[in-house]
Amino acid sequence: MASRLWKEGASHVVLITLVLIITFPVIYALIVSTLTYQQAYEFPPRLIPGTELWPNVLEAWERINMGRVFFVTGVVSAGTAVVKIVLSLMAAFAYTHFKFRGRALLFPLTMITQMLPLPVRILPTFEMMASFHWINTYSALTFPFFASTTGILLFRQFYMTVPRDLSDAARVDGAGPLRYFIQILIPLSRTNIAALFVIEFIFMWSQYLWPLIVTTTADMRMMQIGIKMLIATDQIAPAWNVIMAGTIVAMLPPLLVLMLFRKSFAEGIAMQSQK
Amino acid sequence: MADNIEEERFPGHPLLPYILILPSVAVIVVFLVVPFLQSVIGSFFRSTAFGTKTVYVGLDNYTRLLTASDYHNSAIATLLFAGFVMVVGLAVSLAIAHLLNQKIRGLGFYQVAFIWTYAISPAAAGAIWALMFAPSTGIVPFIVAALSGGYLLNWMTNGPLALLVVSIAATWNMLGYNIVFFLAGLQNIPEEFIDSARVDGAGPWRTFWDITFPMLSPTTTFLLFVNMIYAFFQVFGLIDIMTHGGPGDATNILIYKLYRDAFLYLDSGAASAQSIIVFVVISMAAVVQLRFATRRAIYAR
Repeated sequence: MASRLWKEGASHVVLITLVLIITFPVIYALIVSTLTYQQAYEFPPRLIPGTELWPNVLEAWERINMGRVFFVTGVVSAGTAVVKIVLSLMAAFAYTHFKFRGRALLFPLTMITQMLPLPVRILPTFEMMASFHWINTYSALTFPFFASTTGILLFRQFYMTVPRDLSDAARVDGAGPLRYFIQILIPLSRTNIAALFVIEFIFMWSQYLWPLIVTTTADMRMMQIGIKMLIATDQIAPAWNVIMAGTIVAMLPPLLVLMLFRKSFAEGIAMQSQK
Repeated sequence: MADNIEEERFPGHPLLPYILILPSVAVIVVFLVVPFLQSVIGSFFRSTAFGTKTVYVGLDNYTRLLTASDYHNSAIATLLFAGFVMVVGLAVSLAIAHLLNQKIRGLGFYQVAFIWTYAISPAAAGAIWALMFAPSTGIVPFIVAALSGGYLLNWMTNGPLALLVVSIAATWNMLGYNIVFFLAGLQNIPEEFIDSARVDGAGPWRTFWDITFPMLSPTTTFLLFVNMIYAFFQVFGLIDIMTHGGPGDATNILIYKLYRDAFLYLDSGAASAQSIIVFVVISMAAVVQLRFATRRAIYAR
């Protein structure tokens, strides 16, 4: 018993040390974001927080017009996540509840997205956006991301485990397929929906290369490009205090989404790992 | 794969499944398949000097790439970088997940404490690690100088060091994600297996390699693939923030070179050929991954 306790104590020491090591870069960034420009260049590096957090955040905010950047990035990230989820739910429902000609052909087609990430089609996709006059529009930032192998597989997997009795009962009660889908199946899928929302929101919030190519104006700027611009404005002696303040603010929305749906996210992943 | 449904659950709706699938298929055909085919075609053409027209050059774009030393450098840098992210990243993540997979108080706290870094974008990770390693003012050069008696660590002028620094930053960036999946995989291994190995007299090390690790292989294969995609493509923002591919071409990994050839040097033929080469590599990895992880949904990005 005593050795068990000792062993658990040792585990805690190891784990807390690991948490501190892994979290340290962010803690350090947080400290720097509270310093003045001169303090950020002190040597040895200063590890005591200062009082300048708010002025630094305001400066970063104004430099890249962060209010607008938040709005655009939020719309793109949440919008794309929702569209992806809806399209995946629909396709998964069709694949698991109906037999139709061409299914054997269409299913592999919808699985292909995994093999065709943006870099293998980047130039023609960009040219397509230009020919659609979509440069600097929400359409260019979102449409090329709407396909989701992940989502279709995730929901399909889940729907295959839903007992047939459920759809039979719904049918006996006179419910059509769409009513069954919307009123029974989708509510049952909410853990997976939340997990997918977390993944897709963070994925879109982190987009860098595509927004760099298809947007050129300040009013369509996405958050990661904002971070780039914060750094690029003064190359020689970067204002690390302002850059870090901006970077930390830019990290908050995806972090908030992850924390809000943390339970479902973990459950969704655990559920998938069982198979 | 789609044929394990014996009968329709809702007979008498012949059009409905097509309507349900149409949006997904339309998006895939228009924004994925068509541009991809255009990439294939484009890889056989080259723009003339003034970009006014394109001429068919056969396999010339490929042979030029595969014989060019800067492409070799880029490929080697990518392999070293991706190898580091995949091997070191997964080893560290699995070790941490294994430590977490025990009856321990505060498990919820630890889960959050390790997972939350998943929300940090590659660009933000790049900014934070650029600060950590900032020459002459960052905390890491300070520690190195203090321990070595004055060695000045400057990754901005040292190619191999720069590659190591971006590899560390990228590995750190993926830890949270990897730990979540490993922990979920570990928690799904039935305890009977571990217990029976113990009864047979196997020590913890043997038990891990003989039972736990093989049973985790679907998770491991899946994470290898996701980390590869990350190291090949998603890391673009991290590289662009930290090194711009430099110093020299030390961190000019394939995606960065592809971006520069396509959008800065406007060499569409070479860029398309590079796209197709990465496609071949990724497809082979995807096929291997699917083989190992069949019947598992995939959280690829």
